[in-house]
Amino acid sequence: MARTITVDCLTRVEGAGALTIRFDGDKVCEVKLRIFEPPRFFEGLLRGRAREEAPDITARICGICPVAYQMSACHAIEDAAGVHMDERLRSLRRLLYCGEWIASHCLHMFLLHAPDFLGYPDAIAMAGEHGHLVRRGLRMKKAGNAIMSVIGGREVHPVNVKVGGFYRAPTPKDLQALLPELIWARDAAVETLVDFAGFEFPDFERDYEFVALRHPRDYPFCEGRIVSSAGLDIDVRDYEDTFEEQQVAHSTALHSVIRGRGGYVCGPLARFNLNFDRLRPAARAAAARAGVGVPCHNPFKSILARAVEVIQAFDEAIAIIDSYRPPAPAALDLPQGAATGYGCTEAPRGLLYHRYAVAADGLIREARIVPPTAQNQKSIEADLYSIAARLADMPHEAATWLAEQTVRNYDPCISCSTHFLKLEIEPR
Amino acid sequence: MSARRRPKLAVWKFASCDGCQLSLLDCEDELLELAGEVAIAYFPEASRAMQAGPYDLSLVEGSISTPEDAERIRKVREQSRTLVTIGACATAGGVQALRNFQGVAAFMSIVYARPDYISTLASSTAIADHVPVDLELRGCPVSKHQLLELINAWLNGRRPNLASHSVCVECKLRGTVCVMVAQGSACLGPVTQAGCGAICPACGRGCYGCFGPQDTANTDSLGEAWLRAGESRAALARVFHSFNAAAEPFASAGSKYGQDDNG
Repeated sequence: MARTITVDCLTRVEGAGALTIRFDGDKVCEVKLRIFEPPRFFEGLLRGRAREEAPDITARICGICPVAYQMSACHAIEDAAGVHMDERLRSLRRLLYCGEWIASHCLHMFLLHAPDFLGYPDAIAMAGEHGHLVRRGLRMKKAGNAIMSVIGGREVHPVNVKVGGFYRAPTPKDLQALLPELIWARDAAVETLVDFAGFEFPDFERDYEFVALRHPRDYPFCEGRIVSSAGLDIDVRDYEDTFEEQQVAHSTALHSVIRGRGGYVCGPLARFNLNFDRLRPAARAAAARAGVGVPCHNPFKSILARAVEVIQAFDEAIAIIDSYRPPAPAALDLPQGAATGYGCTEAPRGLLYHRYAVAADGLIREARIVPPTAQNQKSIEADLYSIAARLADMPHEAATWLAEQTVRNYDPCISCSTHFLKLEIEPR
Repeated sequence: MSARRRPKLAVWKFASCDGCQLSLLDCEDELLELAGEVAIAYFPEASRAMQAGPYDLSLVEGSISTPEDAERIRKVREQSRTLVTIGACATAGGVQALRNFQGVAAFMSIVYARPDYISTLASSTAIADHVPVDLELRGCPVSKHQLLELINAWLNGRRPNLASHSVCVECKLRGTVCVMVAQGSACLGPVTQAGCGAICPACGRGCYGCFGPQDTANTDSLGEAWLRAGESRAALARVFHSFNAAAEPFASAGSKYGQDDNG
């Protein structure tokens, strides 16, 4: 029997795109994730700009994770200049990144993803029955945004990040004012993990190759080697030798693959699996109490990985503020000189790679940016392939919703990936 | 049944980073209350429930940069009683309007190996270049306080209280020492519209103009002051041609200094 499932616009994702699943009888023959977010050509418009402009310009690729772009850009430009952050600057950058992870993860967990598990079209409808959960989520999100406002001046596109450090170091008093709310939020995050661990998760697993940064001591933010669950272990500089971007006709986003192997997964689930032993004791203990552990190959449980990372981020933010001493100077000077620099940091959605060739006059000659959603796209399509047989037997509306949820597991950021989504499940 | 019909709100996205519509979701304290005052009828980033138009208030984020979007914005306008553009992409074409000065073909071949798969226009333009706009909210991103003020004013049938002075006034109001006078930092504050709260000078850096030109911006005078302070013409060209590159007089000022620089 032939049938067609169509959703004109995939929702509760950041950006515009569509999804097509073609069936031949009960057998799925094609899955296409189509991104029609208009291209904005950032790599092109960065040419001829001053290296100091890279963090502010690339922040505009994504309003959800501007700090990730600022951090990858800064580290790449600093790498070109041979400058390394001292411990105080490094801590302040980690604190800012904690703020973004919290705000971005809470947005996805409470407003975008949880309604799928509880059966609501959105968080506002969900607030009727689950008002406590939604209000708690908004308050946690606000605590993350407050970190960004205090350090960066505002939540979206903060203005205080500078190549070499910061324009102005916040005072200890500025940061200490955040503590009472952060301490409340860390407890709220632990409760949240327990609540989310009680959700009913579709029984679904795939054998993923997870890819994430790995640091000798810490849960990864801005530094480390790129490692994978299949044994990859490379320097950030070797990214382009290992990963390849392919252009496909149905999308304005490029697809990433590991050369010779194919698709892979980056983001919270990959970080959680590869860096569980790098989590702070508070986050590991909370995960153990909630019965959340590794390995975890169920993408629907990415919400639990996010919830653990939120505990991690609140706990680390509190620790950084407790021992905070303002960096002096607030920014390191960068020597001039023609060079190429590489930066890779862990955006909320996964690896964000930047490479800049800087000329002797300080202008950017060439820029390369690979955002996390482009890297996850192939895996999202593969998940849909795997789950499609189940969709074929389901009622129309339920099948559409589950297909959407399968995409939302990745918290896809389409604005980033073009550098997302209309769902059509078509019979052939 | 409730005695009062809640007005229908729609949020639309064109070429943009999502940051301005995110500002609405960043109103953590007000979001649920707001949802009680308006019916969020179309907001795909936040809800999978989508009601058909017409809509009482449409907030439009993003610029027009593809033939499909040029057509889509007309349909949005037809369904919207009040249409408000939010942010630098919608009000001025955004940072992606830099292509307007250089030619899109060169950019496209840098990013995409097969440019023939991509449909795009030669320019990125403001919404008001395509359809009548009732009100513009500036900023890259918009200020969430201004966004709430706008919605509140609209709900109550009054004009929103939005500043039309320059960022300089906001520095004075918050007691920030002038970074241009005290540190010699290049600052676009004198020619940039207020609304951000003068956050850049408060961090000790010059304003980079993300709220776009103020009504009576004297870019020539500011440019001369920068040159006297030792900035290069090329640096001036870059600063005017950034997040509001296509907004006058930033567009002309950037082109002027850019051309001089090329000889």
